[in-house]
Amino acid sequence: MTDANDSDAGTNDATPPENDGQRFDRLPATAAERVVPGRPTREEVVGWWEQRYGVPPETWEGHTFWEKGNGKLWAFAADVVSPIAVEGLGLRILRTRQEHWKPSTNAVQRFATEATKNVVVLDGDEATRFAKGEDQELPRWDGDWGYVVAAHEIAGAVEPIGVGLYLHGELRSTVPKGRREDLS
Amino acid sequence: MQPLERYASLLDDYDAFRTACERPLPSVVRVNTLKASIERARDALDAEGVAYEATDWHPGVLRLDERGPGTSWPYFHGWLHGQEEVSALPALALDPQPGEVVWDACAAPGSKTTQIADLMDDTGVLVGNDNNLGRLSALRHNAERLGITNLAVTNQDARNFSFKPFGDRTEDEKRIEAFDRALVDAPCSCEGTIRKNPDALARWSMEHVKGIVGIQKGILRRAIQATRPGGTVVYSTCTFAPEENEAVLDHALDEANCEIVEWDAPEGFETDPGITEWNGEEYDSSVELAHRVYPHRNDTGGFFCAKLEVTA
Repeated sequence: MTDANDSDAGTNDATPPENDGQRFDRLPATAAERVVPGRPTREEVVGWWEQRYGVPPETWEGHTFWEKGNGKLWAFAADVVSPIAVEGLGLRILRTRQEHWKPSTNAVQRFATEATKNVVVLDGDEATRFAKGEDQELPRWDGDWGYVVAAHEIAGAVEPIGVGLYLHGELRSTVPKGRREDLS
Repeated sequence: MQPLERYASLLDDYDAFRTACERPLPSVVRVNTLKASIERARDALDAEGVAYEATDWHPGVLRLDERGPGTSWPYFHGWLHGQEEVSALPALALDPQPGEVVWDACAAPGSKTTQIADLMDDTGVLVGNDNNLGRLSALRHNAERLGITNLAVTNQDARNFSFKPFGDRTEDEKRIEAFDRALVDAPCSCEGTIRKNPDALARWSMEHVKGIVGIQKGILRRAIQATRPGGTVVYSTCTFAPEENEAVLDHALDEANCEIVEWDAPEGFETDPGITEWNGEEYDSSVELAHRVYPHRNDTGGFFCAKLEVTA
């Protein structure tokens, strides 16, 4: 690969290169530039946030996207050499390479403030239970099933709290253990 | 508190110093303006009935009346970060600009790192390094909670930090080979943290001080080497020991291409100048430009901070 815009570093050997979980590799811009099988493209990631949550594509203009580990995607506010062997690069935004892509709590808090779709706005008690990591019945939601943005109103605007999994009338909190808080 | 008696000769109000050292510190938070304005964060605290007072010298540094910072909605949203008041000083001295390439040599657990990211408006490249892998996970956790995206985290010995992961000595146009600014918030004997941790001085010994001085010199030397001429290096510790403060700066002035430059502490924040003489040793007169922070001056922890410019 000589194209500087394509960091999906690989060779032209008969067997395609595999994802190396120990380092960060920049995502290819489009499917045509993909070298590592199964690696999402920048286009797919931007499109997924827009399609699923209505997050405007411009949100990501200043960020490069990277994969480390098995489908862990990171957004970084600048560009650096690829691959790069560092411990962390920006913010972990998304888990791919599974049937349903799952955004991270921190990504939703940072990037889903302008989300317009699949946003479940919780009242005070519901928000508190969600932040504690509790699952709750929520029969009033008639949007999509799957991973939703759980939000509440605070200081004059709706703010994302984290990622919920909505299934069979129940909203499950996916707030990681280390971020759960009893705010009652 | 034996070690603190060493400083009686430096202070004309030593009793006030000692009394302050025995008082616990207030709970202080910094507003993370990457996620919320200072006004919105304050509104959210008001709505929850969390009482606070802004510090005299920084509208985004708030002293909470009671509960810990963790148990409030604005904290959960990453609008606030618990940070000791005095430790907000070195990032201000560093004065990082949006788009720059900045190194935090001893970054974990990340209060100063995340403040630097905020000052950079989350743009450019901030390299947060620490030699301790366990503490790095705390750095990553804090940075992600605050929504920071311009941080690259590395796990190296800062004394011989290598740019190799960043493409040093390659033809790659995205390589990084020097920093615009570097913060050396050095490991130290932590005398200034006595108000937070009353056991901080339990294992104090002159041998420990002497040992850690070597590490401090090594990290500061590497930071000066790794920063471009004209760039800025800030050296800070949370201790009073001149051996770890002015003596380390004096050594850097002798050995590396740098000079200490004037930096005014924020208005409303009172500091004392660096000292040029200690235990029969004399230091370069420019170490006076450094700042000593004593707990009784602003009702904070103790601190030391100096700003250097790298010369060609």
